[in-house]
Amino acid sequence: MANGTVAVSEKTFYEESTNKYSGILSWLLTTDHKRIGLLYLYTIGGFFLVGVVLGLLMRLELIAPGETIVDAQTYNSLFTLHGVIMIFLFIVPGLPAIFGNFFLPIQLGTNDVAFPRLNLLSWYVYIIGAVLVLISLVLPGGPIDTGWTFYIPYSVRTSTNVSLAIFAAFVLGFSSILTGLNFITTVHRMRAPGMGFFRMPLFIWSLYATAWIQVIATPVIGITILLVILERTFGVGIFDPALGGDPILYQHMFWIYSHPAVYIMILPAMGVVSEILPTFARRTIFGYKAIAYSSLAIAFVGYLVWAHHMFTSGISDTARWIFSLLTFIVALPSGVKVFNWVATLYKGSIDPKPPLLWVLSFIFLFSIGGLTGLVVGSLATDIHLHDTYFVVAHFHYVMFGGTGTIFIAGLYYWFPKMFGRMYNIKWANIAAALYFIAFNMLYFPKFILGYMGMPRRYFDYLPEFTTLQEISTVGSWLMAITIIIIVTNLIHAGLKGKKASANPWGGVTLEWQTTSPPPLHNFNRHVEVNHEPYDFSQLKELEYDSK
Amino acid sequence: MDQNKHSEHHHVTGYGVYILVWLGLIALTSITVTVAGIDFGMVALAVAMTIAAIKSALVINIFMHIKFDQPIFKVFLLVSGFTLIVIFVLTFFDFTYR
Repeated sequence: MANGTVAVSEKTFYEESTNKYSGILSWLLTTDHKRIGLLYLYTIGGFFLVGVVLGLLMRLELIAPGETIVDAQTYNSLFTLHGVIMIFLFIVPGLPAIFGNFFLPIQLGTNDVAFPRLNLLSWYVYIIGAVLVLISLVLPGGPIDTGWTFYIPYSVRTSTNVSLAIFAAFVLGFSSILTGLNFITTVHRMRAPGMGFFRMPLFIWSLYATAWIQVIATPVIGITILLVILERTFGVGIFDPALGGDPILYQHMFWIYSHPAVYIMILPAMGVVSEILPTFARRTIFGYKAIAYSSLAIAFVGYLVWAHHMFTSGISDTARWIFSLLTFIVALPSGVKVFNWVATLYKGSIDPKPPLLWVLSFIFLFSIGGLTGLVVGSLATDIHLHDTYFVVAHFHYVMFGGTGTIFIAGLYYWFPKMFGRMYNIKWANIAAALYFIAFNMLYFPKFILGYMGMPRRYFDYLPEFTTLQEISTVGSWLMAITIIIIVTNLIHAGLKGKKASANPWGGVTLEWQTTSPPPLHNFNRHVEVNHEPYDFSQLKELEYDSK
Repeated sequence: MDQNKHSEHHHVTGYGVYILVWLGLIALTSITVTVAGIDFGMVALAVAMTIAAIKSALVINIFMHIKFDQPIFKVFLLVSGFTLIVIFVLTFFDFTYR
């Protein structure tokens, strides 16, 4: 892709800092996009593990009917916090903030993002938001118990710390907007010479589409949150019907952000898939432009479907059929992607390394998540399935089976580049197999439970649901073991793993054309792009040893 | 040389234009307030929104210099504005027919 050979770097970005400090200060005051990406990795990774523990506690409570380990009120707080932490602290910022920060400038062939200081500020704003969530847990009033959707009128009337917790979501939104602005500007202004829009890797395309949603949609949730705080504090009647407000207006405003936010969560994951597949199939991606345009199409159509979350809320019949119809349109660009991914594998020279195994898991799990989305997107079936475990199963297949799986796939793919060390492949393969089994054990029974009528957010259930609830809980233990294996393997690799080469997988995008880990300014040479992003004919010029 | 190049693209708007736009904005605000006092039913909202849109256009184009800037910024603004309109229209499919 680029002219010249890769020079051996004197120092990596770990050994050279953007500021005069050393030690912890050199990290806390860094403006290097790679270090900021790693700061995000450690904090977001930490919150992911907290979310996992909360999920495990919920599953443990549900191992038998009746009260098992927590009471109803604690269970309400558990599922709210699990949702808030997983959505706002893990899955929304996850891929863009970690891998986007680390790899967007490298894949564009530049030395940093457009606004490096703003980038660091985004991380601090994220941390402030996270600290506010934590403070809301311990203040008098108790942890928020509204569910992560903060529906009115309950969220106006409950005495738990709603105002502070939702203000935290408001602050986190700013972090998201700043990252989005930074990425849009970087993509427009800082591409290496020769890199036109259609020579950008597809991960960049997905981040670009995501950044637009972050910038345009996030202010809507910001305004909504401020209105709820106003209503709670001063009793202004905007949403609460007792004060003359309209509770459905709240649901509209919440989902006008939160549905596009689903695409903030999934689009970067789709971008990572489009990076991993060509590398391990040793051939160019099938339908490059179709995948690039479908990212933009998903970003746009994602704005048109929000009220499918509200079919049973009392919105007009006209709105219900229009939104149901529009919902089906999202399946088109999503389908374009899935078919192109599968076609990329066709007649490829498949190298089944761990990142590819995780992507294959993703295609399977995400397809189930996507197709069951059509079941709840259909007006008639949704009336039966709304607020049941079916919905819980559906969004876990999309969010965890989709974005969560790819979060781990991305880690396995880029870990050698980020840390310059290689993990144990055998254990990574075992984790991939266990994950697939654990995931389906944990979440598939919920489809059946939901169909049978098990409502979501209940800490108790009828005895006939026991067997399926037990299977799900055992699945959660297997999932915990899998996550322990993954984390242990990666931490061990980071500390004691074998040194990784510059290009351990045989990738051809720009990040594989610099050292592992990269130097401070990403490349020790002038970068000029004269290949398509997935042109494997250049592999023989690059430092790649297939053994 | 770079500085000269930069100044070639820099558009200077006269005070007269600014004052004219300012007076225009005040006039439009007065119309909004007056119209709010008359009962137009459903049309009242459309009138208020139209006036607000004209005022926004004036501020964005003249005060924020978008009129004299690169076309890409106009594209960005139009995308955002279009999204907002789509969101309004779709929301009214609920409120109008409820």
